[in-house]
Parts: sequence; C-alpha cells; structure tokens
Amino acid sequence: MQDILLSVEGIGKSYPGVRANDDVSFRIGTGEVHALLGENGAGKSTLVKMIYGLVKPDEGRMMLRGQPYAPVEPRAARAAGVAMVFQHFSLFEALNVAENVALGMENPPPMRELAARIRSVSEEYGLPLDPSRMVGDLSAGERQRVEIIRCLLQDPKLLIMDEPTSVLTPQEVGILFRTLRQLSSEGTAILYISHKLEEIRTLCDAATILRRGKVVGSADPRQSTARELAEMMVGAVLTPPERKAAEKGEVVLGVTALNAASPIPFGTSLKEVSFTVARGEVLGIAGVAGNGQDELLLALSGELKSAPDRVRIAGRAAGDLGPAERRRAGLVAAPEDRYGHAAAPDMSLVENAFLTGQIRRNLDRGGFIDWPATRAFADEIIATYDVRTPGNHVAARALSGGNLQKFLIGRELDQSPDVIVINQPTWGVDAAAAAAIRQAILNRAAEGAGVVVISQDLDELLEVSDMFAVLNEGRLTRPRPVKGLTIDEIGLMMGGAHGMEVAHHVEA
Amino acid sequence: MLKLEKRPTPSTFWQYGTPVVAVLLTMVAGGLLFAALGKDPFAVIRTIFWDPVFGEFAFYLRGQLLVKAGPLILIAIGLALGFRAGIWNIGAEGQYIIGAVIGASVGLAAYPTESRWIFPAMILGGAFGGWLWAMIPAILKTRFNTNEILVSLMLVYVAETILAKAATGFLRNPDGAGFPGSRSFSSYKAASNPEIFAGSGLHWGGVAALVTAVLAYILLERHRLGFQIKLAGQAPRAARFHGVNPARLVVFCMGLSGALAGLAGIFEVSGPAGQISIDFNQGYGFTAIIVAFLGRLNPIGIVFAGLLMALTYVGGEMAATNLGLPSAAVQVFQGMLLFFLLGVDVLTNYRIRFFWGMK
Repeated sequence: MQDILLSVEGIGKSYPGVRANDDVSFRIGTGEVHALLGENGAGKSTLVKMIYGLVKPDEGRMMLRGQPYAPVEPRAARAAGVAMVFQHFSLFEALNVAENVALGMENPPPMRELAARIRSVSEEYGLPLDPSRMVGDLSAGERQRVEIIRCLLQDPKLLIMDEPTSVLTPQEVGILFRTLRQLSSEGTAILYISHKLEEIRTLCDAATILRRGKVVGSADPRQSTARELAEMMVGAVLTPPERKAAEKGEVVLGVTALNAASPIPFGTSLKEVSFTVARGEVLGIAGVAGNGQDELLLALSGELKSAPDRVRIAGRAAGDLGPAERRRAGLVAAPEDRYGHAAAPDMSLVENAFLTGQIRRNLDRGGFIDWPATRAFADEIIATYDVRTPGNHVAARALSGGNLQKFLIGRELDQSPDVIVINQPTWGVDAAAAAAIRQAILNRAAEGAGVVVISQDLDELLEVSDMFAVLNEGRLTRPRPVKGLTIDEIGLMMGGAHGMEVAHHVEA
Repeated sequence: MLKLEKRPTPSTFWQYGTPVVAVLLTMVAGGLLFAALGKDPFAVIRTIFWDPVFGEFAFYLRGQLLVKAGPLILIAIGLALGFRAGIWNIGAEGQYIIGAVIGASVGLAAYPTESRWIFPAMILGGAFGGWLWAMIPAILKTRFNTNEILVSLMLVYVAETILAKAATGFLRNPDGAGFPGSRSFSSYKAASNPEIFAGSGLHWGGVAALVTAVLAYILLERHRLGFQIKLAGQAPRAARFHGVNPARLVVFCMGLSGALAGLAGIFEVSGPAGQISIDFNQGYGFTAIIVAFLGRLNPIGIVFAGLLMALTYVGGEMAATNLGLPSAAVQVFQGMLLFFLLGVDVLTNYRIRFFWGMK
C-alpha cells in the first residue's frame, strides 16, 4: 500500500451561476500517476487550480503528507512541493531557455550554474534541451519540455499536468510518458488531466472521473475499457459515428502549388500546398498547432487570396475570390476560433446565422436583410443540431463552447455546400457533442460534398477521414488513404519526435 | 469592496437606462459645482433644462434648440456609423469647416445670379468638401496604416487656418469695407437657407438631419451594409470572414461621416451663421462626438441626444447671461455628461458586486 501524498476532502467552489466543484474528494499516493478525467466544464481545471493555490476553495480541506494544506498562492504550493505544467505555456519567446527557467524561480542561481543544472536534469529524464536556445525557435514539444524542466528543478512531490499531449506528435508522447514513468518510479506523484482515454489507460494507475463538478466514480484505467471510461465521463451511452461508403465523385476542390504569406504575426506561411478533394471524400489534415493550419483555412475560405488558378472550386478558378464569392461558388468554411472569427460573440444567434448564411440561403433582398427568413434559418440550425439555448435572440458568447460549435458547424453544413472546410471541428467540445458534429460532417460527405477537416486530434481524423495528410511547417505531405496507415507512419509524417529518439535509446 | 463582473448577455435595461442615469448624475454633480461657484444649483439647473422649453422666452428659445440640434444630429449620425465600425473620425469639425467653405464658394462664385439650382449646388459642394477632407485620413489609413484619430484631429487645425484665410482673403466680401467675412447669404436669396416656417428654427439642415436619422436607422437595422458596419466594429476577424473588405469600409464610413459634417457646415453657413466668418464654426464637430455616444450610437437615440445637448447649449447661454455663470462652467457641465455616460456605460456589460472584507 502506498502512502497517501495528497488527500482532498469535500472540496467545493462556486462561481456566479455555476457550481464548479461540489464535495470533491480523492487521494493520490506517493509516486502514483493519477488521472483526472472529465469533459470540458466538468470542473477539472478549477480543482487543480485550487491544489496549485490559484483559486481558494469555498469549503472542504486538503492534506499534504498528513499536514493541513491550504496554499494561498502558487508560490506556497511550490514551496510545499506541488508543481504544475499548464496547457498554455507561459514563456517569453525572446529569451533563451535558461532565462525563462530563471524567471520562474525564487532565488535563481547564476546563469552558468543554472544552465548546467538544466542540462543534467534534461539528460537524466531523457528530455534533451539546450539551455542557450531562444524559446521563439523551439517547437511546441520543446517548449513543453522547458516547462517540465522548470518544474523538475524544484524537485516536486506532486506534478500536475494539464492536457500535456495536445501539442505533441505520437513519438513525443511516447517520450513524455517514459519521463513521467521514471518520475513516478522515483516517488513523484503525477496528477494527469486529460480527456484522451487511450493515453490514460497506458499511463495512469488510478483515475477519478468528474462530471458537472462532482466525482462520479473512480476506476483503475488498466482494467477498464476506453468505452467504459467515456461513458462514465459523459454519463450516457456513446455510439461511434456511422460511415456509409459513398461513391467518390468528381473533384470539387483542387489546390495547386499554393503559396501564401501568413497574415498572422509569427505565423507560418504556406509553401507549395497541393491536394484535391472529390465529392463524397473526407480529407483529414493533421499537424501540430502552428504549422500553417490557420493560414490554410484562411487561404481556402477566401480571407487570404492567391492567384486565380491556385484554388479551384467545382472546376472554377477561385484563388482571387473573397469569402462571399467563394460561398457563392459552393465552398463553406468553419474557422477554429469561435469567439471573434467564426462568430461575433456579442451578436445574437440570428445575426450570426446571417454572417455566413446570407449568400447560399438567400437571406437578403437587394442588400436588405430578410430577418424573418434569417430567424427561420437560425431556428432550423438550433433544432437540427440540438443547440441548447433559451432562444435565437441570445448573444453567441452566452452559449457554452460545445453548443456554439454545434450552431456554427450546423450553420455551414445547412447551406447545401459542395465543399466544406473545417478547422478543429470538436476542439473544446464535450464527447457527446463531438460525436454529433462528426456524424453531421460524415452525413454531408455521404450526400456528395467534398470535405477538408483540419484537426490536431488524430483519433478524430482517423475516425472521419478517407485520405490523410499532414501539415508541417507550412508544407503538406502527399495525401494517403487512411486504410492501412499505422500510427508510427503517421508520427513520421508529422515530423517524428524532432530528432529526439536518441535520448531514450541511450538510457535503455 | 466593489467588484465588476461581466454579464453573460448585455443588459437591455442599462442599454436604455444609461443615458437617463448619466443625465441625472450630471445634474447632481453639476449642481454641486454651481453651488461651489456660489449660485443656487436649483435655479441654474432649471434655467438650463426647463426655461428654454417652458419658460418665459420659450417661443424664441425652442427655435434655437432646433437650430443647434440640427447640425449636431447630422454630424453625430455620420460619426456614429463610423464609431460602430471601429473607425474613429474625431475631425468632424474640420470636415464641417471645409464643407462650409467649399459650399459657400460655390454659392459666392455664382453671385449675383439668381437661379433655383444655386442652393442645391452649394449643398453638393458642402457634402463634397466634407467628404474630401475625410478622405485624407481615410486614404492615409488604408494605404499607410496611419491612425485616423490623430490625422483627422490634426486636420481640424489645418481647416481652421484655411477658414481664417477664406474669411480674410479669398472669400472676403469685396463690398465689405475690408472687414473680414464673406458676403451675407441672407441677402443673397438664391443661396440662402432660411427658416422653412418663420420663427420655428427649422431650416433645411434640420430636415436633412431628421431624414438622415431615419435612413441611418434603416441602414443599421435592415441593410447588409449596416450589419457589416456593426460586425466590423464588434469582431473585425468575423467581418473579414463574412466578406467585408476593411479598407473599403474605412473609406465608406469616413467618407459618409465627412459628407454629413460638410452638409451640416453648408446648412449652417448659409442659414443661421449667414456668412463665412473666422469663427462661424461653434465646435459642433466636437460636441457631436458627445451627442453620438449620448445617443448610444443609435440614430434615433442621437435625435434625442442632439436635442438634449442643444438644451444645455441654449440653457447654458441663458444661465451665463441671466445668472452670471462663467461659460467655462457650462462647458464643464457638458463634459460631465460624457464622463458620466461612459462611466455608467460599464453597467451594460458588467454588474457591480459588493462584498465585505478582502478577497
């Protein structure tokens, strides 16, 4: 039996209108890898923020190594041996690795000594990192290593990791897991937050499952199937999306040697991107964030223009057309950022329905908006895609992420498009809504639309795509049929582990 | 202790309640100011808000209200359309002046011909002048990404210099014995803009203001262009995704607000002001910014806000002459209105929470 490192007893936290955590209790043993599992909005983040001293609980108490534990700020948590790697990194791009690490320390040692310590810790845990490199030049995986090493230098007893694999290639995930197992064998407990069930099943010793702020169960992830865990998490029986094999038709979207400079600061330009999509076909485009996904969406939606023959929609040169004309030509697009790009947050759902529906749904008469027709369109989306909202008049920002995404995807799909381009269709969306969205996309493909899905969720891409390609530093690999593709091959297409395989070979 | 907390949806109550509360707070704070200056606050507030409409001289002052409100409304509507789109034209005063100078030049060039086409030509000239002056910041912004706030504001001072030159030089009345100022439009019938009904204070500028308010309301509520204006202001990336060309929108909004300011200028100079003089402009272009916000950037709201602002002008003048209030105090009073409006405005999107002790 392991010693209890941290016990959480009856913790509760309320925000106006939301009970984020309600009577949450669980225990982590020394050296245990403990998963915190739950959908978006289940209260995982609030819980770990309380453990890390960022948020003060309303009730309940915590014990760390038998002592009452109530950190008033992250500094106190770190002093007690609790460290956290956030999902979003807090690094300065213009400083080097050692300087970034020093910024997070109470009493940083001289630079030279710190660099030596970084090097020794990184070698010890198989996370190669050059302390003198500029953070701006590092990949997402390498940036995460900076954050992890920053934590390890404090010699933590408990390491909290919030969705650490969302920015990693499969090979990098493997390396991270080996590091975490090594830490665990040395007695460091790890609290691992994720909604990726397969990962949790391979890595974790125990799991606590949260739903709507409450603990709904605990499980031994090694003894449970992913399906069982998912159903505990969602509280409902899940059905995997259904595919009707559709006849591949003629090519509806053709992109030829597309080059486009990124309009985004620090963005990635597109280089010689070529692919085609036929009617009834779904092309999945994978890649670690920041490799040109946003730029590709802009170049396809028409927000970023190119020479006319670079993009062809239904056989027609469309590279120089703007978003409105491309819709008219038959292409609809759904950008990743819902609040401010795909939707105007402060506008009502009706106005947001008009935002892209105007052209293909004929929502205006000579420039004058047909509000009754637009309201009917919004109501149609709300009903068809099960959008939970008090009505069509509410502001888009009042909807939860998943509900708004259902609305926005539905808005594009219900325009009888020939080509659909979607970036991150289910990012931040709970499992039930994600399944509904994927099914809706597949239905449109079955009806003869050509679909491009850009996503960082490999499982999702493998589930919905016929063809698979990877965007890496603005270049697109040649699309390959999904059937027969192994996860290792996909990893190599994604750029492998950025030259990291060596590290663990030495150790093994 | 106090804490601001974001509302999930903007409060409808505060959207409409804000101007009312702001006016009341201005009365209270203004009253304190007047009391500190040794005046009876109730008498001053009554002189400003009550007497012009219902007092002894209301028969004359009511007309004055329309005279002042007309240009304020006309300019404010143009500004509001730009503000809605996130395009900050602060230089309406300059566009107003240049509109007046070019419109007046058209009329004076025809002197002494009598033709029914002279006045319409002057109006077109006024709109053109304002548009032209607004195109300078618009094109600099779209071409070189300059800040339209600074450029349009600086151009006000250029316009004032041109106005001084016009009044003392190229538009000076040749029969004026060397005094600065152009020929009088009230004695040149074809080019004058008299009251439509004697004593009403309503001239063609007032009519134009009301018609513009209705058209702008329809544009914003019913037309795609109005939708794009609102969209560009609230979510610029969503606007591009919708298909708005940002540069074209800047040119449109700046041009429209400039043209409306120019119209206000020519109506003013051919009507109430009567001639181009060094200081015929009364800061309407700046006050219209307050009017636009006081009216919630909504054309119908702006009509009421313009009337209210005219009231503080007319009433303020009365208070200055009858009660000996320094005119600077009246300007502070008008400034307070914008201050409280913007302050209370926070409540549309946030609510205040009180709590005890430390967080």
